[in-house]
Amino acid sequence: MTASGRDEVRLEAIARACRVQIIRMLAHAGSGHPGGSLSVIDILTSLFFARIRHDPRRPDWPDRDRLILSKGHCVPALYAVMAKAGYFPEERLITLRKLGSPLQGHPDRTALPGIEAATGSLGQGLSIALGMALGLKLGGSTARVYCVLGDGEIQEGQVWEAAMEAPKLGQPRHPLDNLTVILDYNKIQLDDFVTKVLDLEPVVAKWQSFGWAVLEIDGHDLGQIAKALDQAGATRGGPTFVVAHTVKGKGVSFMENDPEWHGKAPKTAEAIRAIREILGVSEAAWEDYLATDPATRALVDELRSLEKK
Amino acid sequence: MTAKASRAAFGEALVELGARDERIVTVDADLSKSTMTAKFAKTHPDRAFNVGIAESNMIGIGAGLALAGKIPFVCSFACFVVGRFETIRISVAYTNANVKIVGTHAGIAIGEDGYSQMGLEDIACIRALPNIPIIQPADELETRQVVAYAVEHQGPLYLRLTRQNLEPVCPPDYRFRLGHWLVLRPGQDVTLIGSGGPLANCLTAARMLEADGISAEVIDAATIKPLDEDLLLRSAGKTGHVITVEDHGISGGLGGAVAELLSEVLPTPLRRLGVQGFGESGEAKGLYAKHGLDPAGIAKSVTKFLSR
Repeated sequence: MTASGRDEVRLEAIARACRVQIIRMLAHAGSGHPGGSLSVIDILTSLFFARIRHDPRRPDWPDRDRLILSKGHCVPALYAVMAKAGYFPEERLITLRKLGSPLQGHPDRTALPGIEAATGSLGQGLSIALGMALGLKLGGSTARVYCVLGDGEIQEGQVWEAAMEAPKLGQPRHPLDNLTVILDYNKIQLDDFVTKVLDLEPVVAKWQSFGWAVLEIDGHDLGQIAKALDQAGATRGGPTFVVAHTVKGKGVSFMENDPEWHGKAPKTAEAIRAIREILGVSEAAWEDYLATDPATRALVDELRSLEKK
Repeated sequence: MTAKASRAAFGEALVELGARDERIVTVDADLSKSTMTAKFAKTHPDRAFNVGIAESNMIGIGAGLALAGKIPFVCSFACFVVGRFETIRISVAYTNANVKIVGTHAGIAIGEDGYSQMGLEDIACIRALPNIPIIQPADELETRQVVAYAVEHQGPLYLRLTRQNLEPVCPPDYRFRLGHWLVLRPGQDVTLIGSGGPLANCLTAARMLEADGISAEVIDAATIKPLDEDLLLRSAGKTGHVITVEDHGISGGLGGAVAELLSEVLPTPLRRLGVQGFGESGEAKGLYAKHGLDPAGIAKSVTKFLSR
């Protein structure tokens, strides 16, 4: 197996574990957004465990790379990778959306070190990313800025203000080639399919016409994600926009491509089934699997105990 | 000092402060000639960014710059910048980004351009956010000090400036402090709390009232949020009558803030002078007279108020 192949196996395992945590968190919270969290998790895993320079013990390190999750409603995915990276203990994940928890329903920079900006009011993150990338360049830092947008999100007008500005901002001395923007193109928004609400197409041509370098990838193919991030990192003179085609609810059959699962938490039985599917275990083999995997057994028991509450 | 618009004093102060502090940057939305940051752009071209007519993006870029360690001044007309309230609310306030939001062309005193260009609800909007102080200087001296303070202040801040020239009102030894008002003229019978544009008219009104035997205390409320509660309560307790005077809509501005405090802590007869309804085109003086913000109008309101 090649080095990149080995890395993909490692990342795949992390992404799978994070998917399980997303389901667990949402089941505990009783609300939240599973569909978009599951569509973006391979991207976030690739960023956190193979790309960004950061130090979970020093979240305010000035030269850290920054990630802005502009589609803030999918923050369970971000919490999952942050916990796995060591920003806070994994046990805290189940406090999501609970009173007093730093794991707010949408990202709160002041509550949780490592969150770079408050997002969740869609359309704002890209502008912040522009300013950050510019500020880092002005300060002589080599840090990079990553910004993840939702597909429905780019219906917001502010995104297009930022899209028009980004290739020009800082030129000629401080072009924003330290900025990579990734579109989590899962084709579904709250009310319905994006094509039915307000189609984005031709999305690649639009961003190209605004002056961006645009790449198009499968947002669940870890090899393609890595290659795109490499290419974006090597691009000089301006920012890069990566259109990542994804599947909403990816990894859970009954959530995939269903607008109903944009913003609904799984009930206990659904959560357990989702976890079984994420782990790739058939229904017939499930009890035997649990007998050999005490951690998953404990998780299933934990979720069952929620039902009794 | 002679009369000068607070936007002009702001533009000059920023050039000087920018020469001493590399962190200061400006972000404009095609109004830098009007907000007076054009001077900064000329002196410090590498640190001035004009992002086109896109105020939401301007505010967001400001937030990002602040999060990367810069001290950004994001500038437009008060109505246009605060009109992008949701971006201020999340990208600046909730994020607690160290952004200095500058709204010029405050109030009906901009005159001829009419209502769509008048900042008349900006104080009300920003007041609703938990962590953004609101400062409105009343003359050149105060503006220079306020801009220097804004650079030092950690966290977001809203600076409200005028298009029109402002007569000097502060004494030469005046030192601005956040949340501290200044008694410009002591008095016994009524407290006139003014801020920004109409403050000089309050002083003129006080002189007119003196001739009628009414002693008016005039206070410069440069900080609209937080209020100088001590000074306000002390003065209100002494005179027993409070009138607020501002070039802002009658709801939610300085008058609203004063009313909230007094009604809870020290119920005191209060009149709020400000702009009723929408603004309109016209000469600034005529507009002030129409809304009772000119010296005669203020004096008349005081007389009527005291003779109830």
